[in-house]
Parts: sequence; C-alpha cells; structure tokens
Amino acid sequence: MSADWLKDYRVPTTRYDEVRDVAGRLRPHWQPLFEHLSAAGEAAVRQSVNLAQMLIAENGVTYNVYADPKGTDRNWLLDALPLTLTASEWRQIEQGVQQRAKLLNAVLADLYGPQRMLSAGVLPAKLTFGHPSYLWPCQGVVPLGNTWLPLYAVDLARAPDGRWWVLSDRTQAPSGAGYALENRQIISRLLPDVMRELNVHTVHGFFNSLRELLLSNAEDGSLAVVLTAGVFNETYFEHAYLARQLGLLLVQGHDLTVRHDTVYLKTLSGLRRVHAILRRLDDAYCDPVELRSDSALGIPGLLQAIRAQRVMLVNPLGSGVLDSAAWLGFLPGASKWLFDEQLILPSVATWWCGERPAMEFVAEHFDDLVIKSVFPNQRRMVVFGKDLPRHERRDFLKRMRRRPHTFVAQERFSLSQAPAWQQDTSLHLAARAVSLRVYAVATPDGYQVLPGGLARIAGDTSADVVSNQQGGSSKDVWVLNDTHHTNHVQKSISLERTHTTLKHQSKSIEVPSSLGENLFWMGRYSERCENKARLLRASLAVQSNPELWQSVLTSCQEFGLYEDNQELRHTAFNESRLSSLHADYKSLYWCATQVRGQLSAEHWRTMTILRQQMRNAETGLVELQETLDEMLLSMAAMSGFAFDDMTQDDGWRLFNTGRRLERLQFICDLLSGRLRSGAVPLQSELDWLLDVNSCTITYRTRYVSLPRLILVLELLVRDASSPRTIAYQRESIQHDLRKLSELGGTSVQFSLGKAIASVVDLDFGVLDGSGQGAIYARQLLASRLLDISAAVRKFSDEFSSRYFSHVDTAVQLVAV
Amino acid sequence: MSEVATEKHYQVEHTTRYDYAEPVVHAHHLLHLTPRQHAWQHTMRYQLELLPLVGLLHEAKDAFGNTVHRLEIEGAHECLAVTARSEVVVQSRPVWSAANSLMWERLQDELSYFGRPRTATELEALSFRTESPHGRIKNVFAEFARGCFPRACPVLQGAERLMEKIYTEMTYAPGETQVNTSSFAVLEKRRGVCQDFAHLMIACLRSLGLSARYVSGYLRTQPPEGSPPLVGADASHAWVSVYAPPFGWVDLDPTNNVRVGTDHITLAWGRDFSDVSPLRGVIIGGGSHRVSVAVTVSECPSPVLNAEAASNG
Repeated sequence: MSADWLKDYRVPTTRYDEVRDVAGRLRPHWQPLFEHLSAAGEAAVRQSVNLAQMLIAENGVTYNVYADPKGTDRNWLLDALPLTLTASEWRQIEQGVQQRAKLLNAVLADLYGPQRMLSAGVLPAKLTFGHPSYLWPCQGVVPLGNTWLPLYAVDLARAPDGRWWVLSDRTQAPSGAGYALENRQIISRLLPDVMRELNVHTVHGFFNSLRELLLSNAEDGSLAVVLTAGVFNETYFEHAYLARQLGLLLVQGHDLTVRHDTVYLKTLSGLRRVHAILRRLDDAYCDPVELRSDSALGIPGLLQAIRAQRVMLVNPLGSGVLDSAAWLGFLPGASKWLFDEQLILPSVATWWCGERPAMEFVAEHFDDLVIKSVFPNQRRMVVFGKDLPRHERRDFLKRMRRRPHTFVAQERFSLSQAPAWQQDTSLHLAARAVSLRVYAVATPDGYQVLPGGLARIAGDTSADVVSNQQGGSSKDVWVLNDTHHTNHVQKSISLERTHTTLKHQSKSIEVPSSLGENLFWMGRYSERCENKARLLRASLAVQSNPELWQSVLTSCQEFGLYEDNQELRHTAFNESRLSSLHADYKSLYWCATQVRGQLSAEHWRTMTILRQQMRNAETGLVELQETLDEMLLSMAAMSGFAFDDMTQDDGWRLFNTGRRLERLQFICDLLSGRLRSGAVPLQSELDWLLDVNSCTITYRTRYVSLPRLILVLELLVRDASSPRTIAYQRESIQHDLRKLSELGGTSVQFSLGKAIASVVDLDFGVLDGSGQGAIYARQLLASRLLDISAAVRKFSDEFSSRYFSHVDTAVQLVAV
Repeated sequence: MSEVATEKHYQVEHTTRYDYAEPVVHAHHLLHLTPRQHAWQHTMRYQLELLPLVGLLHEAKDAFGNTVHRLEIEGAHECLAVTARSEVVVQSRPVWSAANSLMWERLQDELSYFGRPRTATELEALSFRTESPHGRIKNVFAEFARGCFPRACPVLQGAERLMEKIYTEMTYAPGETQVNTSSFAVLEKRRGVCQDFAHLMIACLRSLGLSARYVSGYLRTQPPEGSPPLVGADASHAWVSVYAPPFGWVDLDPTNNVRVGTDHITLAWGRDFSDVSPLRGVIIGGGSHRVSVAVTVSECPSPVLNAEAASNG
C-alpha cells in the first residue's frame, strides 16, 4: 500500500530544494505530510489530485489570458501538494514583510507629500516623476484613513543559501489573495486530517481585517464596493470571488457617480453612498476628468471625492508608482534614512541604469545580469545578458544608453524548487521552480500578514521567471504552528460563519442599475433562445409533411431562422446573421458575462456548454435534431438554476420580467402569423403549435381529443395554470411588477394590460369553421395579438427608461 | 543689465461654449483659466462667469502651482458657456545673454541622479524632465534637435536655435491637427499650430535630457504700430519654458520665434497641454457636442482702476 513518492525526485546542487536537504534527507517539517501521502497509497492520492482540478472546474475558478484571441478564460491550476513552511522561517518573512509595507507606505506619503527623500537625494526624481503611475493630481492628497498602502503584496523567492529574497513589490492593486483563499478552501477539503495534525495557520484573519478596513468609514448604510475593470480583465474571477467572500458588491466604473464630492452607486432605487472602494482598476484609469482622459472605465470626479476624504480607496490612487523593480536598490537607503533600520528581507541585487555608474557596471557585467524594463507602460521585456548574441548586444547597449532610465538590471537568481504532481504515464512528483507572493493589510495595530499566501510554480524546473500567464500553476502555502493548541483548527471553520454574518449585514444590498439592465436582457435573450430552439425542433419534426413544411418554414423565416433556398441549419446557426439563434445566444452570453457574479458555478458552466453546442451546430458535424435536444436540455437546466440558485431580489425580478415579456411576445407573434390569412389551420399545424409551446401533454390530459382550434387557443391564451400561455405571462409580470414597484415606481403596464384583455376576453366561439365570419374573426384575433406584441415592445422601452435611467455612459469633451 | 523695464496692461476675455445635441444630465469640468502670477506678471482682477448658473465650483492650486477650478453641474442643461475675464499687468523680462547660460552637457549632468541633495529649484526642474503624455522621450526628437546643440553650447543658445529650427522648418497650418495629434505626426508632416510646436520642442529638449515645460496663455491681438501681427492671437496660445541656469526658466515661443516678452500673457504651466488645458470635462448624456472659443486681448493705455471695469456678473 505505502508508496515512496520521492523515489525519483532529484535534489539539485545549484538551487535550494524545499523538501530535501543537501544530503538528500527529507526536511523534518515535511515528514507528516509525506507519511500521510505514502500511507494513503497511490489510488487515494490520485483521486485527491484529480479532485483538486475538479473542484477548480466546478467552482469556475478561471483567469483570462490577454494573448488569447478568443479571450476565453482558462481554468486556474492548483497543485494538490502544498508548500510547507516552518513557524520560525515564517516569522522572519512576516516581520520582513511588515517592515517593508511600513517603509513603502512612508515612501508613498513622502513622494505625494513633502518629497523630502527627493530633496535629500535618497530617491531619484527621474524614477518618481518618470513613472506613469506618479499621478501629479494626487500630490498633496491625504488619503482617508491616512494610509497610502492599505494593501500590499510582495513576491519572494528562496536563494540557494536558503534565505527568502524580495523579487518585486506590488503596490498598485495587488492581485491573487482571492486565489490564495480559493486554494486553501480546496486543499482543506483534500487534506483535512494532515492540516489538523500539522496545526496549519488559518487565513481567515487576514480577510476579516481587510473587510474591517473597508467598512471602517461606513456611515448610515453606506457601501463598500469592489471596482473591477470588467470581465475581460486577467483576474476577473478573483474580483468576483473576493467581492462575494467579503460580502461586497462588484461594480464597474459606470456603476458609480460622483455628486458633491461624494461617490454614489447607481441602483434601481436611486443613488446609494459608497465610502470605500477596493480598487482592481489601474489608478491612471480611475478619473477621466483629472487623470487619463481617454479612459472609459473610470469615475468622473473621483479624485475630488478623494481629496475631500469622502471615500477610501484600497489602494489610493497613485500608489502604483512603487510598482517597479528599479526601486529595489534604493529601498535599503530609504529605510536607513527614514527609520534607521536595516531591511530584514534582502532583495535581489538591482541596478537602475538611470544612475550613470550603474549603467557602466551593467555594460561591464552584462553576461551575469537580467535586463528588464522599468515602467509598467513599456513593452514587457526580460533579456538574459548571456543569451544575447554579440552583434545584437552592441545595438541593445546603444538603446540602453539612449534612455538608460527605462532599464533596470538584476542579478540572475535561481529560484528554489518544490515537488509538484505530474500526471503522464504515471502519477509522480516532479521538481518545479517556485516563488511566493505574500500579502499584508493595514490594521490599527500595524500590518497583518496573510500566513502563507500564493505559491506559484513554473512550467518547468529551470525557470527564473514564474507567471500564470506563462503556463505555470499554483500551490497552497502552509505555515505550521509550533505551539500546539488547537485553537486555530476551530477557527478554520469560522470562515463559514464569518460569511453568514457578512450576508446578514448586507441584507439590504442594492442592485446596481447596470446589473439590473443586464439581468433584464439576460432574461429576454435566454427566453428568446429557448423559443427559437423549440420552434426549430418542432419544425424539423414535420419535415416529412409536405403540406405543412412550407408554411412552417415561413414561421421560421419570421423569427430569423430561415432564408429562401438556404439550409435551415445554415441560417439558424450563422452567428454573424442578425437574429439567428446563434446570434441571440451570443447576446445572452454577453449579458451573462456581465452578471457573472450573480450566477452559480453550475449555471455558468451550463452557459459555456451551450456555447460549445452552438458551435457544434454551426459546423454541421452533428445531427441537428440531436443537438437541439441537447441545447434544450441545457436551457432547461439554466432555467432551473435561475429559479433555484439565484437570489430572488429585485435583480432577479427584472430577469424574470424579461423572460415573461419575451415569451408573451413570442406566443403572440407565432399565433398571429398562423391566423393572419384567416384560413382554417390544419390538424397537423395545431399539433405543431402545441409542440412549439410544449403544450402537447397538457392539451391531451385536458381535452382528450384531437386538437381543435378553439381548444388550442383556450389553452395557449387563457389557461393561467400552464406556464406557456398568455394568461400565465400576464399574471407573472403583474406579480413581479407589484414587488418591483415597492421601489416607488408608477405603473407602466396599463396599455399592455388593455391589449392582453382585448385578446383574452374575446369570444372564441366564432373562430371555428370556414365561413366568412370565422375567417374575419381569425384575422381580427391575429391583429389583436400583434397589438399585444407592439405593447410589449413599448412596455419594454418604458420599463428600461424607468429602471435603467442611471445607465448612461460618460462622454469626454474636446479639451480646448 | 541696463535696459529699462516696461510694463503693459491687458484686459482679457476668454469665452468657451459647448452646445449639446441632447440635454446633459451631469457634468464635471476642470478649468485652467486664471492668469498665473509670476515674477513678471500680476493679475489685477479676475472673474469667472458661468452659464448655466447651477453648479458647484471649487478653487484650488494644482500640483504645479496653477489656479484650477473644478466645476460640477447637476441638472439637465443644453449648453455650457464659461467666460473668464481678467486684467493683467505684464512686465518685460531681463534680456538674458544666451551665451552666459550653462553649457548644455553640464546641465544634463547636473540634472542626472547622483544621490546628492537637491534645491527646490532643481527639484522643480526635475519634474519637467521626464516623459509626459504629449512630451515623449524618443530618439527621433533627440536626433531632430541634435544639430542645435553642438559640443559645449550654452543651453539657452541651443534652445533658441531649436526654436528657430522649428519656426523655419514647420508650417503654421491651423485646423490640420487636433489636441491629441502626436509630436511624431507633427514632425513627419512638418505642419501644426502653436500647441504642436510647443509639444515638439518640449519633446526635443526632454529627449536631450533637459527640462522644459508647457506654458498656456494668450497673445496681444493688436500689434504695436509698425509691427507685424503675431501668429496665434485671438485664441489661446502656447509656448515653451526651458530651464537655463543661472537664469532659471526662460520662455520661448517657437510659433513666432521670439523670446516671450510683454506681448504674452501667461495662464498656467505644466508638463504639457494635458496638465493645463483651459477647459476639459466629462459629461453624462448630451449626444454630440459643438464647441466654440473666442478670445479677446486688448491693451489698456494705463492701469485700469476699479469702477470703470467693474463688470456685470
């Protein structure tokens, strides 16, 4: 049963190994974990490795890759084997990170305040003012809470000497803490016993502190929000995830507005004050009035609200100026100058070429150095000196000398290695280069460091750069407790409890207008797709009936699914054809991306499955009828999620109203199309109508007869107990509107109600038969059905302007 | 310096009007419309008139020491008209001898980082020596300016040669460029207006490692008798200030190939236009918009005193 997982794992001579010492012995703090793994046996371990990836997929943990032309998101990768650190080495890291956060906070305050360090020559002005994130309009700002660096992250790596070194600082909008939390939640499901046995430090305290920080300036029900650049951002999943974990709303710039130096969220019921913003949008984009004027993502007037200390930004605008490797060499001096302290954590030897002697040094020691760009707005560049051929080197150095301040050189650094699961012919552990991102948050008692953080592992052993953009994976990080009280284990469960209290506090959470609008349209498009799919399927089923087939194609044509002399599939699934099923699906998908935070993981996953089904249908590799069956199953699943998984708040009511309006319009348009000519509908046509509306079974159980026009209409129009009828839509819309108008709205449903009544109250008795009177009656009904359809359109417009009036985009004026 | 200082008195009226196709629901604006006080200029009177009248107006100093107004307009409006009126006294500047300015390579060295302390003046110079949105640091600009700065050339001499080069080689062509036209395009087409020439000259100076800032202002409309009219009057104007120790900042107008004297009225300075655009803003609603600008600069024979000019705001 027992397996020696490290049998083929090699210890290198040139880099530090996390699990084995130079003599090849297992380091003591890894022992319990490996004992557990070998006792568990191969099958159990394999199962848990697979489970990790499955949970990731199930929870929809993704990150986006910019370079990917399709913009698709990829699953986050998590290695099931954590990185383990001892209590004593963690204390070093913790103190070092606290000290560094304190230092960088003071540096920021100085750069945006008295600039004493620039006057004294401790820090170079060129590096400060040349940085695109040095925001002049922020000079003199005193942030609410008086902290310039509330949230901080630092990338560390272990050198061959066993010490942890700083690779880079993250001060702009540190990312990844959400992934670290997700990693922990998954790993604690895989290895609960070992975690308890090893007394692993919990991470919830950090997130509680972050939340407390964000809520610290709350006033009468004001909100804290998470500001994202949007769904195409690399770490969008994390924004949504963090927002959910912290119990905050996820918003985009256009959801917020500044009035009288105060930030407000635009909600369905009006403006709600916002006192804190966890910012995941780069600072230069945050206020198009005073910062980058080409930004469509920002909040006009935000800076003025910040100056007035009416809103706290985490992190404050301008904090990104320290996001550059070029600062590393100056920080020891700054620490000495400010606090007379040596830095606990050493940093990788770094030369900013803007200093003339540094430039000369770099030219001389080119082979031993890695050259990088200084500023984040430059093209990302990493050049290994020794890899550059002679002739290119001369040109490169010439380029460097022309703009030396934009280059920084660092000593080559061998990352330590740790084992990671590798599954090819067999499951085994392979060595991977590893780096560690550590997070700190400002609290009234100083900086609190997240115990552990996010370990990132490279795609292979020898990498000197680790990035998730380049095919790496991640690990949970375990910091072991040396004091053996079980207090912490109990605490680890309390994350759940924290979560419920969060929900309780945000009971009255508002629905941002833009979210409401997207939910409404998601409702409309999801119903539209389903209607068209059912229409297609029912129509394909009567293909062999020549009498009906041509007239059925006319209906398909009216709904944008068929074009003369074209194959049905070709038109219906052509994604670039307006109002094809595929085009409607794309609109649905877009709306869903905008409200993704509201959807359960399963709901989202079904949405992506449906996307694949649409593509399959378009390529024509699968049988059409079969694909439609699958699609309708997916759609049914989605309706199920919408009813069972979504919170039934005002946003959901808008979603539902969208669905009902769409269905109402579909039934009316479809029926009207069949009755328009006045001709007596065929028997098979009535069967088809029932099929399109999924009413075949209801009809049979109710009437036990062959379909008759009057009875079919009785069902499709008047039967309020069946969910695909006009009467049912009317009641459902009325019900939701009653709840929605508690928001203080006036009724906009009068004309719609009248149009529906004129159909529902009609005498159906005269519709049967082939006489002139019956023909006329059918034509009259057709035209009244069209009136409903027109009323729906009008209603939808009025409804939009009533509830989504705040959704209006900001426009930049020509500056003169 | 033995020349006699002269003094000119001006009244300036600067009106900007935005007309919107549809009502604007909400708007935020940033105004740099107050003439700046400096060693050779005093603002005697200043008044801002706004239409519509509803709004919230903050006055403050920006990071470069300019007066800035931040305006928020709440409530639907279909146009915005801003009229800035001021009375300004402009004094002639000393006639500095370009030959006595610091050698440009020395200056370049002195501005580089060596870890030594900086005076406030030096620190100010350093803030105008890095790249800004319209003041790019690129080799093409350094190459363009190279011939103007031979070895051991005094910095002001070099800068004036560069000003002359821009004046001679570039064609003044109103309407062909926009506020966001890049200096690359201006250099390639060799055409532009005052703002483009100022940005180009700034890019050149910074690309050589020198400090230069953008000055926004006005020109007198009526030339003194017997002189040709200057280009760029009847609108806002822009020029360049170059850091040339021991004289400090010296203002050069590449559009007219002159040193700035009593014909120029300074509004504000910054790294480039984006720091000091007289009026910018972001609106909600509004549809398309039209903008018109009118500037009148009139010289008054003597200092204008109180009652006569008291305006009707």
